[in-house]
Amino acid sequence: MTTTEMMTLKTEPFVLNFGPVHPSTHGVYRMRATLDGEVILDIEPVVGYLHRGIEKLAEERTYSGFIPLTDRLDYISPMSNNLGYCLAVEKLAGIKVPERAEYLRVIMAELQRLANHCIAIGSFLNDTGAYYTPFMYAFREREKIIDLFDMVCGQRLTYNYMRIGGVSQDIPDEFLPALKKIVEGMSRWIDEYDFLLMQNEILLARTKGVGVLPRETAINCGISGPVARGSGVNWDLRKADPYSIYDRFEFDIPLGETGDCYDRYRVRVEEMRQSLRIIKQAMNDIPAGPVRADVPHLVRPPAGEAYAHIEAPKGELGYYLVSDNSIAPYRCHIRPTSLINLTALREMVKGWKVADLIAIFGSIDITMGEVDR
Amino acid sequence: MKFERYGLGLIKGMTVTIQHLLRHPTVTQFPEQRLNISRRTRGNELIWSREKCTGCATCAKTCPQGAIEIVTATNLADNKYEVETYRVDTGYCIQCGLCVEACPYDALFMGYSFERAKYRRGDLVQTDDELLESPERPASAYFHPEIDEKLPKQTLLIDKIVEKRK
Repeated sequence: MTTTEMMTLKTEPFVLNFGPVHPSTHGVYRMRATLDGEVILDIEPVVGYLHRGIEKLAEERTYSGFIPLTDRLDYISPMSNNLGYCLAVEKLAGIKVPERAEYLRVIMAELQRLANHCIAIGSFLNDTGAYYTPFMYAFREREKIIDLFDMVCGQRLTYNYMRIGGVSQDIPDEFLPALKKIVEGMSRWIDEYDFLLMQNEILLARTKGVGVLPRETAINCGISGPVARGSGVNWDLRKADPYSIYDRFEFDIPLGETGDCYDRYRVRVEEMRQSLRIIKQAMNDIPAGPVRADVPHLVRPPAGEAYAHIEAPKGELGYYLVSDNSIAPYRCHIRPTSLINLTALREMVKGWKVADLIAIFGSIDITMGEVDR
Repeated sequence: MKFERYGLGLIKGMTVTIQHLLRHPTVTQFPEQRLNISRRTRGNELIWSREKCTGCATCAKTCPQGAIEIVTATNLADNKYEVETYRVDTGYCIQCGLCVEACPYDALFMGYSFERAKYRRGDLVQTDDELLESPERPASAYFHPEIDEKLPKQTLLIDKIVEKRK
């Protein structure tokens, strides 16, 4: 075959299955990709392999009995899930949270953001070819935070720490000194990480300009979190609609410019720095006092509805609760971050190669527990 | 072809390797060496105190999984209300700790042990005396700060790393 014959060769698209069990899909997610050679023409997501019916389970449990199940939504960051749900119930029942509990909640939520972004950037780099070395160091940093969570609530993954009207227990005496050490060590580690990876040529080649999500598309798709901020959408609920006591802290919202994989990655790294800033301020101001409001075990909110949303590490996480004045919610709807962020994947990957699909997918940072619920 | 800088990278690499050879080992050789787990560990078994329990069944009502079964009866001879059966299906338990938190008489504890695997499904259902505290099944300080001092201090990774730098 001559070269000219090869140039005019007719190719036809074929369908390739990614997943449901594939190391780069971070869970049981399946994509039916239509490829032309190595170029992606279209992808069709197939979700639902991890569906557990958590929203329905909420209707059968008491208000406080549902908190341990919210841990199972986004299992990378259970503290944020707990926080969102407890805020929704407090809004519904009109419960005031003690000052110390508010500070503890902010500290935990920000530590959770650090732990989540450690995994997010670790696995993203793993997908882009820095095989397991950055992943291991990111996990080491996360391990220090997990140690702290273990200390306060006795579990390493499903924390179940927040309660309606506060947090479950006060922190032990050794918590704050250990937190101080971690905050100091963490900023050093982020700088080191930055220095090693930000100018890395392979990383730049694989992420710069890849999987661009335009600002308008991000807004129209309802994208939130670091993915939206990577595209330059200035939308952070901690500033836009301050919940808990976030209006008391000083921090910036890092924004990307072009909305490519590299910008999303940079936004996450910068967010870790901002989280450290918030933790430092909260650590210094934390008052003494009770950590839990006087709330009965069986909360009976008045009939009505409430929606509370928080800035979870992955984006906007919302809980919509309807009460009929009984001990269990009449309806609980969860606005999952990962599922809605995933809707932009199709727009991002069209026209890119298979290897870029892995990088783009990794840069969205999803958890399947939250997508399927 | 110049050999000016030949082997420089090799030497650099070997220096790092030698540094790692001489440093203190990081790995803990489980099960011979052990790290201390958190004092508030929600281990995989519940611990029940027969003396303190009044049979109010608050724990059973709080349990989101419905894993606790409690049967009570009135003892007419002593005119007392006593617990006939207290049964926990550990297979359904998700270790959320809500029962321990809810118990108004401090009769429930989370377990501090973590190596309590069973060979049969039926062994996971624990009744009465199997739930009592014993040397193999110490109680955790989760919602029981009075036990805090009895348990060893938790090993933190951050402390281990700082120790090694010195």
